[in-house]
Amino acid sequence: MTAIKPTTLTKRIIPCLDVDKGRVVKGVNFVGIRDAGDPVEIAKRYNDQGADEITFLDITASTEDRGTTLKMVEQIAGEIFIPLTVGGGVRSCEDIRRLLNAGADKVSINTAAVTNPELVKEAAERFGSQCIVVAIDAKKVSAEGEADRWEIFTHGGRNPTGLDAIEWSKKMVELGAGELLLTSMDRDGTKNGFDLGVTRAIADAVSVPVIASGGVGNLQHLVDGVLIGHADAVLAASIFHFGEHTIPEAKQFMADQGIPVRL
Amino acid sequence: MDLVIIDYGMGNLHSAHKAVEKVAAGRKTVAISSDPEVIRKAERVILPGVGAMRDCMAEMTNTGLLPVIAECLQNKPFLGICVGFQALMQTSEENGGVDCLGHFQGRVKFFGKNLVDSNDQRLKVPHIGWNQVQPTQDHALWQGISAAEYFYFVHSYYVEAKQPEQRLASCDYGAIHFDAALVENNVAAVQFHPEKSAAAGLQLLNNFLNWKP
Repeated sequence: MTAIKPTTLTKRIIPCLDVDKGRVVKGVNFVGIRDAGDPVEIAKRYNDQGADEITFLDITASTEDRGTTLKMVEQIAGEIFIPLTVGGGVRSCEDIRRLLNAGADKVSINTAAVTNPELVKEAAERFGSQCIVVAIDAKKVSAEGEADRWEIFTHGGRNPTGLDAIEWSKKMVELGAGELLLTSMDRDGTKNGFDLGVTRAIADAVSVPVIASGGVGNLQHLVDGVLIGHADAVLAASIFHFGEHTIPEAKQFMADQGIPVRL
Repeated sequence: MDLVIIDYGMGNLHSAHKAVEKVAAGRKTVAISSDPEVIRKAERVILPGVGAMRDCMAEMTNTGLLPVIAECLQNKPFLGICVGFQALMQTSEENGGVDCLGHFQGRVKFFGKNLVDSNDQRLKVPHIGWNQVQPTQDHALWQGISAAEYFYFVHSYYVEAKQPEQRLASCDYGAIHFDAALVENNVAAVQFHPEKSAAAGLQLLNNFLNWKP
């Protein structure tokens, strides 16, 4: 066979399932939560449509429902053969081990990365950086007219930590995060598009891939996340859950604007 | 057992197990094992691997599985995946330099910190995501898989093989052209993760299950 033109790493589209008590619900910050269906069926649908990965975020408040999550992850992992990231309530290496054993390929650490940064290091050493994703929940704190500044918030954007989002992201990568899942808490659930400023600032500052999340309301937002925000992957929930767009439509739209995607 | 995934204590083998079970579809028996006897009796084996090379080589030694892995390399269909591929080379640059199994001639190199694409935009390392794989020879393992099909990769180091005739597929990341798969006789190895590469990955695993080298 003859040499063919060089291949390119594609930008990833990642549908996200926010799961509460065993059901997919609309984004975390929505007031009127809308049921979007059964996680296993939805994950399978996205897999069949050609999603590049699936993220499963357990937003169940109570710990007694964690068992349900493990069972569900196991069921999803038996049905889909693309990477599956699971997050929500991950506090220890033992939590991570259980999720990986249930079939998760990567585990996303959220609040625990703030309260116990050593967990990121320990987890990366034990399981490998490739399966440790750190969730960065950032909110703009600079006033109008000031230089842009973003801070890390916990508890769904309610609790400020005083940590600078860019410095914090670099620290997480140093500790061993293999990817960052960056959510703009100002935008999550608004459908107004990603916060491109913080996305680009962090994507340009770290050596690992950044997944942009929070605020996608249309397909142009996905394109902007990559072209302006320099994201390596884009995550969205509601535009896919309620049939506004399919994964192939989103990919075609991105491809038409010159973004390499897996079609 | 028709197929055994060799468990030498490195990372998560569940994805690989589930994917192989899916393609085996009850017609073939599949297991994960760290028992040398079970591995020895298997009709074919997969050597997976995630994590760092030094740990991988150390675990293969500590678990006492090196002799049986060496036997399998000589006498049955063998598939190395990711670090399980890199471990088959002579040396790796990872962890300051590690001697590997040396089944294939060549070495494992770091992508580097200053990788850029054709537009001079910085490329992230690890190379994570879906990239196209170009078969470089006709082979039973590529049956039903189109040229330039996408597979899922996660790695910071890449293989540079010495013997061109062993090349099975290539891939590019920035200006680096690397060996995405090698094969010689009964031993094949791939850098990407077929178990996470959707239909194309399952097809490759199915081809491996049916491969008669």
